[in-house]
Amino acid sequence: MAPQAAERDGAVIDTLRLTAEEAAGLLERGDVSGEELAGAYVDAIEARDPELHAYLHVVGERGNGVPIAHKDVITTKGIPTTAGSKILVGYTPVFDSTVAARCKAAGLPVLGKTNLDEFAMGSSTENSAFGPTKNPWDPERVPGGSSGGSAAAVAAGLAPWALGTDTGGSVKQPASLCGVVGLRPTYGTVSRYGIVAFASSLDQVGPLTKTVRDNARLYALIAGKDPCDATTVELPQPVAIPEGEDLSGVRIGVPGEMNEAEGIDPGVSESVNAAIRRAEELGAEVEETSLPRSVDYGLACYYLVAPAEASSNLARYDGVRYGYRAEVDGDLTALYARTRWEGFGAEPKRRILLGTYALSAGYYEAYYGQAQKVRTVIAREHAAAFERFDVLVSPTSPTVAFRIGERAENPLAMYLSDLLTIPSNMAGLPGLSIPCGLSDGLPVGLQLIGPQFSENTLFRVGHALERALDFDYIPERLR
Amino acid sequence: MAITRDDVLHVAGLARLEIPEAELDAVRDQLGAILDAVGKVSELDLSDVEPMTHPLDLANEWAEDEPRPSLPREDALANAPDPSDGAFRVPAVGG
Repeated sequence: MAPQAAERDGAVIDTLRLTAEEAAGLLERGDVSGEELAGAYVDAIEARDPELHAYLHVVGERGNGVPIAHKDVITTKGIPTTAGSKILVGYTPVFDSTVAARCKAAGLPVLGKTNLDEFAMGSSTENSAFGPTKNPWDPERVPGGSSGGSAAAVAAGLAPWALGTDTGGSVKQPASLCGVVGLRPTYGTVSRYGIVAFASSLDQVGPLTKTVRDNARLYALIAGKDPCDATTVELPQPVAIPEGEDLSGVRIGVPGEMNEAEGIDPGVSESVNAAIRRAEELGAEVEETSLPRSVDYGLACYYLVAPAEASSNLARYDGVRYGYRAEVDGDLTALYARTRWEGFGAEPKRRILLGTYALSAGYYEAYYGQAQKVRTVIAREHAAAFERFDVLVSPTSPTVAFRIGERAENPLAMYLSDLLTIPSNMAGLPGLSIPCGLSDGLPVGLQLIGPQFSENTLFRVGHALERALDFDYIPERLR
Repeated sequence: MAITRDDVLHVAGLARLEIPEAELDAVRDQLGAILDAVGKVSELDLSDVEPMTHPLDLANEWAEDEPRPSLPREDALANAPDPSDGAFRVPAVGG
């Protein structure tokens, strides 16, 4: 579908259609002012967000750049940051995260802070202490999580682009469920300074956008070594904004375990397989491959490593220096224990207990220690696959968006949402989710996984497929 | 994996979480179910596999030993629930 440009006089900015690249063009040519552009998004938020609840806090900054929304685990100086939790109500950061600072330096006004599963723990945004976000394609369904607010905002024209974070799939999966593009970068390429920590060896900030080109542009803005985060590295090459539409020479591997796993909807498989055939038509060499244990043991590995790291990271929420403090009639330990029980929601408490158990004396070797070894196995299996392939593909999510409430009472059923996003995450590998079709009227996401630092390849493949598939990212009910 | 109420209380103590008595059984049941599922990792014989702590091969990322201004005190106290005399006031340790 051809992009609609704003008209010069009485400009109508169609925020549902407009990409960040187009918005930048409008500003550069003076077709619209920064004030008009940001204003259009604020108007859209006022019209549609009462229903969708993508935002926790609307700022509506004006400026000369393309406005952006930030998931509420991204620290923003002077703007409330809650991590979706009651335990941080009222917390207003006194510093900017590196990613927020880089966006600010690039002149991107902040539209607001988006909703999420509390402390980034969840796959549906239902774990937010402030109520769920609705999927713009069907408001009775979840947008995915934990970056559900950011994904929904982009899909519903409430932000041209947004940042989320991905630990077990929390950028890729909501992108898939909302029909937008989401990148989980190579671990270490985007700073975690100022990101409310969940699992430090897994967390990464990632862009959510309407197109692959927009995604590459935003990634280029935020990526790169940061002295404030010792786990970051320089990108080996600069980000290349993709242009080509053919895939000759690209070797694509299709791991059987990821594409035929139990629990994958037939409609999802059909859409993904059609996309894979398109890739072949564009010149890619496609072959089946295998990741024998990565999918089978990936979930168990993640749900030991991530909660263990979380139990350490969430120890800082104790009612002393910021956030919620319980009323107690006791000593300091009582203050900690009651503050934390009352302030945290069910899922963080569950994971803290699980993680503490997995790290405790007598259980460490069998649980956390063993999980770290499984992690090595997963990394090795992926490395072996990448000796023969440039990219591995799979569905991003086994299903399309499920109904609100459907899995909320069953943690293990909810964890299954991450089945296909987790394995490559454990290995620190980048993954790009692009919408590849609809099943029962709901978006299906195609996951492209590459070796470390292969974002340019992912962007190239994603862009070519995006052009060939011509998926209309405006939710049908909003057209 | 049958975990007991005492196991849960022990872990809750380590994690500084005050679980109300009425919720203890439900927490135990849920934790037990999840531990059963994640315990799957022990099916694999990985005695000759090194643990992976980190996706990148980084070690000793030093910073220059250059003094820089640190967070001003009033910023550090800006979100404090009970600031007092330039510090964070809390109940006494050990009652």
